Amino acid sequence: MRLYSIAVYLFLYIPIGIIVLFSFNSGRHASDFQGLSTMWYGKALSNPFVMESLVTSLIIAFAAATLSSLTGTAAALALQRMRGPMRVLFDGLIYISITIPGIVIGITTLVALVTAFDIVNPILADMWPEGVKPPKLSLGYASVIAAHTLFTMSLVIVLVRARIAGMDRALIEASTDLYATPWRTFYQITLPQIFPAIMAGFLLSFTFSFDDFIISFFVAGPNTTLPIYVFSSIRRGITPEVNAIGTIVLAFSLILLVTAQFLLRARNERK
Amino acid sequence: MEHNPSQLAQASKVDVPDIQFVGVTKRFGNVAAVDNVDLSVESGAFFSFLGPSGCGKTTSLRMIAGFEQPTEGNVYINGQSVVGIPPHKRHVNMVFQQYALFPHMDVADNIGYGLRQRAPRPSKSEIAKRVDETLELVRLEGYGNRRVWEMSGGQQQRVALARALINHPTVLLLDEPLAALDRKLRREMQIELQTLQRDVGITFVLVTHDQEEALSMSDQICIMNEGRIVQTGSPRDLYDDPVSRYVADFVGKSNFFEGDVVDVNAGSYSIKSATGQVFSGFGSKGAPALVKGGKASIAVRPELLSIGSADGGNIDADVKILGQIKNRIFLGEHTEYLVECEGLGEVLVLSPKHIENIRGTFEPGASVTLGWMNDIALALGD
Ligand SMILES: Nc1ncnc2c1ncn2[C@@H]1O[C@H](COP(=O)(O)OP(=O)(O)OP(=O)(O)O)[C@@H](O)[C@H]1O
Ligand SMILES: [Mg+2]
Repeated sequence: MRLYSIAVYLFLYIPIGIIVLFSFNSGRHASDFQGLSTMWYGKALSNPFVMESLVTSLIIAFAAATLSSLTGTAAALALQRMRGPMRVLFDGLIYISITIPGIVIGITTLVALVTAFDIVNPILADMWPEGVKPPKLSLGYASVIAAHTLFTMSLVIVLVRARIAGMDRALIEASTDLYATPWRTFYQITLPQIFPAIMAGFLLSFTFSFDDFIISFFVAGPNTTLPIYVFSSIRRGITPEVNAIGTIVLAFSLILLVTAQFLLRARNERK
Repeated sequence: MEHNPSQLAQASKVDVPDIQFVGVTKRFGNVAAVDNVDLSVESGAFFSFLGPSGCGKTTSLRMIAGFEQPTEGNVYINGQSVVGIPPHKRHVNMVFQQYALFPHMDVADNIGYGLRQRAPRPSKSEIAKRVDETLELVRLEGYGNRRVWEMSGGQQQRVALARALINHPTVLLLDEPLAALDRKLRREMQIELQTLQRDVGITFVLVTHDQEEALSMSDQICIMNEGRIVQTGSPRDLYDDPVSRYVADFVGKSNFFEGDVVDVNAGSYSIKSATGQVFSGFGSKGAPALVKGGKASIAVRPELLSIGSADGGNIDADVKILGQIKNRIFLGEHTEYLVECEGLGEVLVLSPKHIENIRGTFEPGASVTLGWMNDIALALGD
């Protein structure tokens, strides 16, 4: 049993370990380790294509995480008051949306958006005055951000809901008993109580969006996110530069995940 | 129900009770948590709701605070109907059972919370001054900058009190405020609460299922059972004149001898027990009259029973019964005997030390005579 689980972990982590190790390779080839060096990190960071796709990824991840934190929190607060069969239905829908494979979200979002554009664009063209070029909706930042928000919002809902459920109802009652209006109670008591969960939700959403390849691949249009860049450069052969990028992304994601875990943990321990 | 308290209020401004319930019922689904309750709490009183778990004490309190709305009837605060008015617009404050202190604020911010919600909001220095005064009132000077979770249970309790009292509410509501404290601390806090109430002159309404707590602190106690009021009165009224066996059993300890009512004579009843003995006792003030042929109990307080040797010679009593000592506990001032009496069950006797000094004590297993005077026995229905 012991041996078996060790084997599983090795199987999972050896490839990752190799990527990290080879990102420090001083040789020219990904498969041929020549000695330690950080030169590929320098190369990666001074590559304009890498930097451009990194910025694109950061913008998308930030926007998607912000949107999903806001909408997810609002939804969690609203769902909290719901009882009975509707609640069961919504709970089910949330969990389903978390488990739907990325490729399905990618394809369906793409189809939905393209269909919508086909309907809306001619109408826009009709509405615009003669001679002025009408705006044309197309795939781009907005479509990736929308698809990522859709996907990560459920995570925020689940985290915030758990936090609300664990919160002492008497705190809210105490606040209203002490003359606070419902709105003041919300931002003086409820919000500070659930804020760590919202932050954790934001960080998780950010990581998921930042790391996502499949959904972006379908709906990004002309934009290149970092995972898309890595994918296309791999087709030209794996270089230590790709390993370096992979390692940076890995470290970045781990830091965010650990921070999110920490935020969720710290709350529970104080209780 | 016919009288309207707000009209009464205009007529005689002085006599407006702080709290009044008129025909109040609260149902949760089919359960009537509070069932057609009428009561009034006088200004400046220390009023307690006392009753077993689930009898509707908390629900009554929550209707005063505004967390629950009555299904039927009317609740008045200061002569004004408050039905439909949300908690933040009622000038009453509550001390919660688990204190419900805000964990993300320090002690001073917790206490000043109520003042900060006021419009117009008092100045920072005004709030700080009031917070300091209130900290002093609950003997927590210098604790303002502590985090609430760094405080002990007793200290948190005081913070919760201070947080409510700083607003000078018309009524302070307390839901089992001492339940989370250990025995010794609870005793101290009981005395402290009583002193505090006299000092600040605010009406206190307390909920408890601890009879000793209610008896030692309150001016008025309202005994509830299954959503209804059984009896309201001063601790002494309830102790001396319980209207039913239920009250006598709940307030202090009592022995009951059950039987059938065989004779009714000008407020005095004769009750024949299963052993064939006939005991007599007076009906309580305010209790419904018992009917001949019905079931009733004779109630005798343990401290009003005399205990003597088996020959019965050395006690002066109208009624004497025989028994055997099952258990004896020294309580310092008193000795408590549990006596098994054939056909009547176990009888509790509290014998004061000065009598024990003269007569000596009885050993477990000894046969004894128990006796009491007829004028201290009460005849009670269930
Ligand atoms: N929000 C609620 N929903 C449904 N039933 C409730 C609710 N609150 C109270 N009840 C019911 O109403 C009855 C009275 O409850 P209440 O809390 O007033 O009792 P209590 O006298 O305070 O008891 P305890 O000493 O256990 O606190 C109980 O049967 C309880 O189950
Ligand atoms: Mg209760």
